[in-house]
Amino acid sequence: MKSFLIIMLSMVLIDNLVLSRFLGICSFLGLTKNLKNAMGMSIAVIFVMLVATAVTYPIYWSILEPVNLGYLQTVVFILVIAAVVQVLEAIIRKTFPPLYEAMGIYLPLITTNCAILGVMLINIQESYGFGDAMISSLGAGVGYTLAMFLFTGVREKMEKADIPPFLEGLPSTLMAASIVSVSFMGFKGVIENLFG
Amino acid sequence: MEKKKSAGRELVKGILKENPLFVLVLGTCPALAVTTSAANGVGMGIAATVVLILSNLVISLLRKVVPDRVRIPVYITVIASLVTILQFLLEAYLPELNKSLGIFIPLITVNCIILGRAEAYARNNGPWLSILDGLGMGIGFTIALLFMGGIREILGFGTFFGMPVPWITEGGLQPMMIFGLPAGGFAIFGLMVAITNSLTRRFYKRQPLETMDRAHYPGSVSPSTDAIYEATEVHDGPRPSRTPDPSAVPEALTKPGALVAETSDKKDESEEAK
Repeated sequence: MKSFLIIMLSMVLIDNLVLSRFLGICSFLGLTKNLKNAMGMSIAVIFVMLVATAVTYPIYWSILEPVNLGYLQTVVFILVIAAVVQVLEAIIRKTFPPLYEAMGIYLPLITTNCAILGVMLINIQESYGFGDAMISSLGAGVGYTLAMFLFTGVREKMEKADIPPFLEGLPSTLMAASIVSVSFMGFKGVIENLFG
Repeated sequence: MEKKKSAGRELVKGILKENPLFVLVLGTCPALAVTTSAANGVGMGIAATVVLILSNLVISLLRKVVPDRVRIPVYITVIASLVTILQFLLEAYLPELNKSLGIFIPLITVNCIILGRAEAYARNNGPWLSILDGLGMGIGFTIALLFMGGIREILGFGTFFGMPVPWITEGGLQPMMIFGLPAGGFAIFGLMVAITNSLTRRFYKRQPLETMDRAHYPGSVSPSTDAIYEATEVHDGPRPSRTPDPSAVPEALTKPGALVAETSDKKDESEEAK
């Protein structure tokens, strides 16, 4: 239980997927213009992250690793993620139309979102158990959502700000991201102090 | 002669005019994550360049064989295989670089530059031009990473390619740790994009509107990156304009002297009350 909590907290706050691991920056910059897009993408990322972990984890440890094909992980994982996304899209469209409306259009974008492949690889690299891997994926997804929501708020304020022409557009957005990232540095050391 | 000229242009365009990182804003994840030092930046740049050239070559050779509907899975498989080969080579010959780049080597697979060039260029052009395009884009990416890594290493750690920079260490300037951390990465990237924007505007006489739709998207990345998201974006009503609604602004702020008149009126009243 304690180890679950540690993994969860460190994935959400300390090793935040977007702000300190730099995964999923494209969608972070592209989809934080309004809350609706940010929410749709975040739900889709959490969902795909969990399903993809549940599929890739057994594939790696029960098929690839025993026959010494561990080096094929990149090729296998990216194809599994692409397939999972396709299948999920079809299933959700048939069974939960409201959920499909909320996240359906973001699903195809996820295949090339490096956050998913990145977390799969991290889970293998850290040699987590299955439970830990699932918690770590959930934490990564929640961390992504937190960053998306915080940054959407910041950008909505920035729309009304008067920005010097030199920094208008992407540069000012990146500066804002830098400041948001500074605020997450404050969480460094939280785990050591909480759990000793 | 004509062909030679165009080949040269394919090679050069990736360096400034269509720099993949600073102008097209592709491949941001590795660019921010590995540029804590100049050596890492260049290593990442060269690794991505090798994959880019080879994937452009393979995809351009396959362009008449692969049916349109399954092209993306085919491209991804080709790229992932090339990345796996590259990972083997790095593990064997440059184990230190492989260790410091970590998971960002396998993540070259999902680097948007490579899939983007396959989709936008190699699919429609012959192998020779595709190799040149890959080389040019790769050089542009490597230069961009060298700049990011160099600036961050000098400011953050006071070294350049591992060698101490005298005017930081001896000049009494303390290295600022923040530039080696994620926050500094975002800030330096922002600054580099701003500088590249003003450079391209000067050299290519490009209007800002061409590179980004600033009137509608104050935070716009660039049309090439926005396009994917544009299709998915949920529009509810017209976009809020940046100029405030005139009726919402108090009159005192628009008419000269109105504010003064109002306050002086109040003063009169308070004097009368006395």
